[in-house]
Amino acid sequence: MQPQLSEWDQRLLAGNEGQAAQTAMRIIVRMAEVCGTAELMDVTQAHIDGCGLLSDSGLEFAEALAAGGGRVRVPTTLNMGPLDLQNWTRFGIDEDFASKAIRQGKAYTDMGCVPTWSCAPYQGYLTPRFGQQVAWGESNAICYANSVLGARTNRYADFLDICAAITGRVPKCGLHLRENRKGQILYRLAGVDPSAVESDAFYPVLGHFLGLAAGEKIPVIEGLPAGVSSDRLKALCAAAASSGAVALFHAIGLTPEAATLEEAFQGDEPERIEEIGPTELGEAWDHLSTAQEGDNLDLVVLGCPHFSFDEFRTLADLLRARLEKRQKLSDDVRFVVISCQSSHALAQRSDCLKILEQAGVEITLDTCVFHTPMVGKETKVLMTNSGKCAYYAPGELSVKVAFGEIADCVASAFEGRVHREKPSWLE
Amino acid sequence: MVRVVKGRPLVAGQASGRALVTREPISFWGGWCPRTGEIIDRRHELSGVMAAGRVFVFPRGRGSSTASAILLESIKNGVAPAAIINLDVEPILALGSIVSDELYQRPIPIVVLDEPDFFSLEQDDDIHIAPDGTVTVRSNCSDPTSA
Repeated sequence: MQPQLSEWDQRLLAGNEGQAAQTAMRIIVRMAEVCGTAELMDVTQAHIDGCGLLSDSGLEFAEALAAGGGRVRVPTTLNMGPLDLQNWTRFGIDEDFASKAIRQGKAYTDMGCVPTWSCAPYQGYLTPRFGQQVAWGESNAICYANSVLGARTNRYADFLDICAAITGRVPKCGLHLRENRKGQILYRLAGVDPSAVESDAFYPVLGHFLGLAAGEKIPVIEGLPAGVSSDRLKALCAAAASSGAVALFHAIGLTPEAATLEEAFQGDEPERIEEIGPTELGEAWDHLSTAQEGDNLDLVVLGCPHFSFDEFRTLADLLRARLEKRQKLSDDVRFVVISCQSSHALAQRSDCLKILEQAGVEITLDTCVFHTPMVGKETKVLMTNSGKCAYYAPGELSVKVAFGEIADCVASAFEGRVHREKPSWLE
Repeated sequence: MVRVVKGRPLVAGQASGRALVTREPISFWGGWCPRTGEIIDRRHELSGVMAAGRVFVFPRGRGSSTASAILLESIKNGVAPAAIINLDVEPILALGSIVSDELYQRPIPIVVLDEPDFFSLEQDDDIHIAPDGTVTVRSNCSDPTSA
């Protein structure tokens, strides 16, 4: 059944606003039909994930829209892309790949998108407000926008994101509506050592567990402290949106739609209540790694999602301590940090970058190791502090992966083999 | 034995193929290779299966919002599933097929089945999907009456 269309929608569908807007509107309407939605609604901001993967079809789609006069109607940021636009020659990227990636980037910026090239857009430019209706792509960003910021977005997939940006319209359904944002399953932290919530590794491990346990349901977490940092929530979101399809979670006393249990469940009862203890966390921790303790390490990847300024500083402090003891990175290990221009610009205003450079850390911006071909076949074992990277690396990069927090990644990189201190809060 | 079940066509189309059935959700990004049609999620029970041309039966997608791009590229490269049958509406995959229709006039059918019908499908069933969402299933298990 076709949704009810406004005059504006019909103008677009009729092609009165150009060919690209017509195609975009047709896709929006077909998606409304898929979701069984009766009407469309406005969004006032968009974040595009479709610019990230370089594929021939994705490039053709973007160029067709740009050539058809496509222009975004709402402020629109870009997720990371397939290329470090300024430094790609340093990473041995194939020129044919690079020229296509540059064309794809140009198609999106020609349509009026802001070239933020960041998969942590909530830590940068144009952060949505509480309650703002937006159309965001990128699973970790969707989860963060809904859960942490209290903005409202569905999971906008590659290509639908730019259609929403061009038309300013989306199907009125799902997480755009308050009643669908109600918590469904209550997870209580039980018997977990209080030191856990002070540990960086806790958050991706918790996220990985939640994704596996909750799937597409809206989990409500009880037991997190009120002051969890943006970086830790970023890690939680990225992991939960990888092992599962978590697009929204609530954490009592922490996230903005969950001051109380009653608010999080909108006055209803949870579908079920589960406890998360050291056993569950221990299983999630184990499940994140496919490599073994002591394996020779080839590559460390930090910054999935993109490294923030605070994370640059944490890493620099760890490296500085090693450099002062005249230790050096193992010759066999490549150490890569992925970030965006805005966080990198802040890092330039400190001594962080100098220390990273002295230690031999490579920094790549605007992109990530999954979308730009900078990881060669010789790479067998990868270590990361990211639940998302740990989840996808075995399939996407054909590597074994070891998960550990930043300090473990640094220690392992200097030793040349996977070496982690298993946290005391795990069983 | 031939059975007919009625599904809801999310993306209408006609296709036939051998069923590849899993009860585990899968993400196409990180889970499906758009150059070869191999299932590459190393934590998935179907890891390593060459799945191009099969009628892919799985309950729902998960995770990445890049799945639509992977499906589109797979269709362009001729290594997509012949069709997809899900238990839950998976808009991200429907989108990949719809964009393929808009860009190349080549969608793959995606059908959603009710729970009993979805769970009645078995590995290697011969499946035909009609544009109205009708799914015809010819069971390949050794049923003596079908010989």
